[in-house]
Amino acid sequence: MFGFPGFDTSIFDDLLRIQREMESMVGGPLTTAIRSMGSVAFPAVNVGTTPEEVDVYLFAPGVDPTTLDINLQNNVLTVAGERRVIREEGASYYRKERFNGEFRRVLTLPEDVDPDRVDATYTEGVLHIRIERKESSKPRQIKVN
Amino acid sequence: MSDKTELTTTQATEVQPAAEQKRVEQIVRPAVDIFEDDSGITVHADMPGVSKERLAVKVEGDTLSIDGVAEIPMPERMEPLYAEVRATHYQRSFTLSPEMDVDKVEASLKNGVLTLRIPKREEHKPKKIEVKVG
Repeated sequence: MFGFPGFDTSIFDDLLRIQREMESMVGGPLTTAIRSMGSVAFPAVNVGTTPEEVDVYLFAPGVDPTTLDINLQNNVLTVAGERRVIREEGASYYRKERFNGEFRRVLTLPEDVDPDRVDATYTEGVLHIRIERKESSKPRQIKVN
Repeated sequence: MSDKTELTTTQATEVQPAAEQKRVEQIVRPAVDIFEDDSGITVHADMPGVSKERLAVKVEGDTLSIDGVAEIPMPERMEPLYAEVRATHYQRSFTLSPEMDVDKVEASLKNGVLTLRIPKREEHKPKKIEVKVG
């Protein structure tokens, strides 16, 4: 996502590429976000914003949505759960690339999110958490008399 | 004869850069688990956001390829704040071996996980060989 049509992310892409190149050269950046998890994190997360809401997308295929624990404390969002990959006994495995086990991701969202107005949906393996912004911080049209 | 072939190849390569000017679309390689049992091979691939309608599983010659496009509904005027997933096109392919029955490949998709079952041809299923004690 955000390579999606409608977004011009070319500058963003270049920055990310430079950052990756730096990381591969020096074995990791000197400064990272306190809660970032490197490139192997599961589920992968995208966050987008509009003036009215903050949208969090977690790419969590094969997860039972009833086992998800979603928690929003002020502007800190925690999503925990587990993905148990059923392993077939007696079979020979050639590749085991998929994440297996418990996960927890913590994200700091913009400060004006309203913890009382959150909804979450799980479709095709993508968990979408929508959090409205507080009324006071939404853009208002001011009429000139 | 071999000189002539080489020359042709060089010419073909020289033409390419112009075509590459176009911005290359980013492709995601889905994570997979692959295992084999007596009756065949099973592939599980993570393709979150892909629906049945936007998924193609193909066998061409000895190559099995999966291709899917994720479609995530987003509000209008959304601006990216943070992104770990930067492309929505998943692609990956595998070379099969002749004992696999490509006509009987089965595919199913659930919660963004693709499962492929590639059975072995009947004559290639393992037979137990008894060891006689002499």
